Amino acid sequence: MEYSNNYVIVAIFIALGILLPVVALTVGRFLRPSKPTEIKQSTYESGNEPVGVGQVRFNIRYYLFALMFVIFDVETVFLYPWAVAYQQLGLFVLVEMLIFVALLLVGLIYAWKKKVLKWNSI
Amino acid sequence: MGAWLQESLTWTNFAIFLAWSIVFLFIVLGFVTYAIYYERKVIGWMQGRIGPNRVGPFGLFQTVADILKLLIKEDTIPRKADRWLFILAPVITYVPAFAVLVTIPYTNSLYFTDLNVGLLYYGALSCISTIGIILGGWASNNKYSLLGGMRSAAQMISYEIPLVISVVGVIMVSGSLSLRTIVNGQGDAFWQWNFLPQIIGFVVFIIAAVSELNRTPFDLPEAESELVAGYHVEYSGFRFAFFMLAEYVYMFAIASLTTVLFLGGWHAPLPFLTFIPGVIWFILKFTFCVFFLFWLRATMPRIRVDQLMSFGWKVLLPLSLLNVFITAIYMELFIK
Repeated sequence: MEYSNNYVIVAIFIALGILLPVVALTVGRFLRPSKPTEIKQSTYESGNEPVGVGQVRFNIRYYLFALMFVIFDVETVFLYPWAVAYQQLGLFVLVEMLIFVALLLVGLIYAWKKKVLKWNSI
Repeated sequence: MGAWLQESLTWTNFAIFLAWSIVFLFIVLGFVTYAIYYERKVIGWMQGRIGPNRVGPFGLFQTVADILKLLIKEDTIPRKADRWLFILAPVITYVPAFAVLVTIPYTNSLYFTDLNVGLLYYGALSCISTIGIILGGWASNNKYSLLGGMRSAAQMISYEIPLVISVVGVIMVSGSLSLRTIVNGQGDAFWQWNFLPQIIGFVVFIIAAVSELNRTPFDLPEAESELVAGYHVEYSGFRFAFFMLAEYVYMFAIASLTTVLFLGGWHAPLPFLTFIPGVIWFILKFTFCVFFLFWLRATMPRIRVDQLMSFGWKVLLPLSLLNVFITAIYMELFIK
């Protein structure tokens, strides 16, 4: 069994994935017109003159969601190997995982009570 | 493909791998072309319209014409945009979409790779597309794009968690992350497929997957009525086409993944139907999954952004964790 062959194909797929946009956009350059004007290159704002800066301030809530994502993604990293090995392991690992998940659920309930999950609390 | 994987790597084998990968790339592009046509036809029929019928017989060349139009359309990059990130964003979104397809097995012998971390590879790579979407929203330097990009990122990371946890039950039953082993763990009868024993995981998976695809009823990033088009407002021509392409390639990936994980892959639904080749069953189940996504789009209205977030965290995440422990306790009591 040549296991490394699998990763050769993965590399081929990633290379093809990069190659397609590069080729398509390069070929497209010779086909499409290019007549830039000042108006064409202005920022789109439903036909009005753009007002203020484009990079507006956004809701702080997005940051909180990102934090929660990191916490639960770490949980997933722990859950996957645990799930693969579960058939060979005993009741002990089940209890262990229950404790781990319960600790994280406390975090989720805390965020819930702090109204992090409610969109218009701030 | 299975037999070649066993041999040592020579230049001939490398050329065979490359040739098949290129063939597969064109199959995927063909799928995307006709998925768009099929979607417009199906939604047209469901809404009592005809759908595209002008270009070619039955409108079959409609999407081909659309692609040609996008190819010869002028490519405008706004003056205020961050030029390099603007160019890079569609590529970053598209590359993982195509790269995840490498792990999917179509039949017992027709597959590209049999990675022993297949499912983890899928989850890890599909996350990278979110970065492309944020970059697209940020680099456009446009209010609509930025809001759309931020919304999209928040939605994708919120539903990524239930999506990856809902398949943990399947991993526990199969004892492997390799997608081929997972299919072989299911049998030639529909009650042996994972969707019945893992019904909670299956429902959570479907909902989270539709949300990951940014499709109706979760198409908030592109909410036309409030954000014009979301993160790709400023994109035109073929750069826009790559965002669309990534979306439909992900549809291919999710439909195949649902088939493989929950609907028995290439297995027949009833034992006496095994004389029909596995690839036919795979295509049938795959087509049904794709049709289901179009059906949802024609049926459901879009939900509100606050409902979307609270649904993901308050309902889907606890349910997916519950599914893990129900599976664990069931296996402890009845299988060991």
